[in-house]
Amino acid sequence: MAGATQELEQFRAETRSWLEANCPAEMREPVRDEDDVYWGGRNAVFKSEAQRQWFEACRDKGYTVPAWPKEYGGAGLTPPQAKVLREEMARIGARPPLSSFGIWMLGPALLKFGTEQQKLRFLNEIARGEIRWCQGYSEPGSGSDLVSLQTYGEDRGDHWVVNGQKIWTSYADKADWIFCLVRTDKANKYQGITFMLYDMASPGVTTKPILLISGNSPFCETFFDDVKVPKSYGEGIPAQVGEVNRGWDVAKYLLGHEREMISGADGGERTAAIGAAMKRGAGELDPLLRAELAQFDVDALAYACMGEKFLDEVKVGKAHPAQPSMMKYAGTELNKRRYELMMAAGGSRALEWYSEETGGGKTARGWLRTKANSIEGGTSEVMLNVVAKRILDLPGA
Amino acid sequence: MPLYHTDDQAMLAETASQFMAEEGAISKQLRHWRDRDCTDGFGHALWKQMAEMGFTGLLVPEADGGLGMGHVEAGIVLEEIGRNLTPSPFLTSSVLAATALQAGSNDLKGRWLPGLIAGDSVFAVAVDEGAKHRPERIRTRAEKSGNGFRLSGQKDFVVQGASADVLVVAARTSGADEDADGITLFAVPKDAANMSHQPVRLVDSSMATHTKFDGVELDGDAVIGEVDGGREVLERMLMAGRVGAAAEGVGVARGAMDMTVGYLKQRKQFGKLIGEFQALQHRAAHLYSEVEIARAAVIKAAQLLDAGSENADLMASVAKAKVAKTARLAVQEGVQMHGGIGMTDEYDIGLYMKRDRALQEFLGDQYYHANRVAELSGY
Repeated sequence: MAGATQELEQFRAETRSWLEANCPAEMREPVRDEDDVYWGGRNAVFKSEAQRQWFEACRDKGYTVPAWPKEYGGAGLTPPQAKVLREEMARIGARPPLSSFGIWMLGPALLKFGTEQQKLRFLNEIARGEIRWCQGYSEPGSGSDLVSLQTYGEDRGDHWVVNGQKIWTSYADKADWIFCLVRTDKANKYQGITFMLYDMASPGVTTKPILLISGNSPFCETFFDDVKVPKSYGEGIPAQVGEVNRGWDVAKYLLGHEREMISGADGGERTAAIGAAMKRGAGELDPLLRAELAQFDVDALAYACMGEKFLDEVKVGKAHPAQPSMMKYAGTELNKRRYELMMAAGGSRALEWYSEETGGGKTARGWLRTKANSIEGGTSEVMLNVVAKRILDLPGA
Repeated sequence: MPLYHTDDQAMLAETASQFMAEEGAISKQLRHWRDRDCTDGFGHALWKQMAEMGFTGLLVPEADGGLGMGHVEAGIVLEEIGRNLTPSPFLTSSVLAATALQAGSNDLKGRWLPGLIAGDSVFAVAVDEGAKHRPERIRTRAEKSGNGFRLSGQKDFVVQGASADVLVVAARTSGADEDADGITLFAVPKDAANMSHQPVRLVDSSMATHTKFDGVELDGDAVIGEVDGGREVLERMLMAGRVGAAAEGVGVARGAMDMTVGYLKQRKQFGKLIGEFQALQHRAAHLYSEVEIARAAVIKAAQLLDAGSENADLMASVAKAKVAKTARLAVQEGVQMHGGIGMTDEYDIGLYMKRDRALQEFLGDQYYHANRVAELSGY
């Protein structure tokens, strides 16, 4: 035990000096705009030289995906080491060197369900920021009831022909490849879906950004018209993750991941108290607003404990498998409350949509963006259904 | 340190759970003593049994004859006490008084700790003056008198005051009412002259007193810690007590929730189990979520307290406030979802509501602690 602690402290010291040497000062500034973080991909451009340096240093060290095995482009860190790296990065305010749905979502799915050859190819591409992925889940007629999805892949021997439409595809217009839920058996609801991987540059794929109430367009409609998807990308690299018609298992696993991610369990802005910052901004707080902020801070600080507990329990397999649904529900409802209070404390200044002083309406746009938190990745109502049935074991459908 | 129980702590939880469910059960303790109008509000035999289990001296260092465990462990016992609504002097004696006495002289510890550990003595703390918890303002005075002190004033909401062998009293030895300094803690034995108790039964059938000190003569060796320097000991005692009360509150919330979810699975109306109705499912699931979060906050606060962290004070208030909100939700949903029988004395759910109400008030309610969180955060 003492030896392990000592080793970890040595790792901390090494990490600290590595970060000191490799993280440019500019990359320690808070993220203000989306492109302040590098997203990678075939068409990616670096916003600055510092961004390029920081990304390349991390890529070469395996720190874009520190906990992944080295052969897949990671650094092979143990969970305690990965936690130390997170803490040390947070200590200096280092930006993530690379963000992507490949890291957050496809990667974990491949690590669990992928073939060795799939992992070697796709995980390395993700870790090196070469391919940017998007997720094709929801459809216009299949939101909360995702399993009713209709996008169809017809079996043509050595390839599929995919037809249909996806919606809420995050950054589909910027993505190189898609991991997509495609129905491959119309007679079988749950065991008739395949988790397919294909190139967004394939003929027949079109995307159309959706303008949201926040004034931003992070989501797209994505259309597939006779898209030809080869069944194999080479020896040991099938086009689907897991087996054909068993993609729902992969999808469900990933949804757990997505919920965990949206819940903000890993700390940061989502779990911080805000009262003191609101007071600094406003100068003076109305007594009732102060009281609401105090009640909020109690809930936020308690939720931060829950996030820590949840992640600690996940690490050792102690968490209930449906606990991410509880976390997602609590975390997103809390975040909506946070932004309502930020708008209230910010007053008329927070209403500004373009001004430089507000970073281009950051609070107002953020406030509107949070309204999606309790919808995306499973609505709060669906999360409560899951908790009621799977954790509390309440009767009925 | 991971934020879940270690193997040893999980074992203690199992032991405590079994013990409280059997020996501390509602029918065996709370209802038993209440229905006999017991003036102590708890059973001394159970207190003795808790000593045999090692619970009483759990927080007392091994050098002083205790188990030398921490607040996480105390919280484990308290959560089970909460779940079973077990009346006992554990919180006031083994958590609050035990914490305060650690600041005392060896002489003082030698006089009082053996009785505590053996389950022979009961301890109460006399801090509040008035109907709300305001420990920042202490008016009860202890004037120098010969080699000792003369204590005058009144304390309220002294839980177990009448049955206590020793009262830990926070009094002012110098300065004005609102001063932080000038506080001294005293261990006042029950046979002290000129001390009088007005016992009152509370809504949860526990017993408290309004206690009057009318020139109570105390020896210098009744002082716990330093004269005029008692604020720090008082704070430490209150922090321990708040985290302990929060742990008990989580137990109350969990007990009420479990009972209610169980009821949803057996009560039929409109030809189906009422737990099939989504309106109730969502409320139950929301409650579960709150209880989980509150419980995490309590374990975190206890860990910080054990680690001597400077964040312990803030987290103690977070935990107390969060639990207060959560337990109140649990008992209110509990009574409502039980429907008519939730209003009857025969069903236990109402007992949870009453215990929660008393526990909310003890050592500061959610408003006091939410306000404290704001103050400690700088707004």
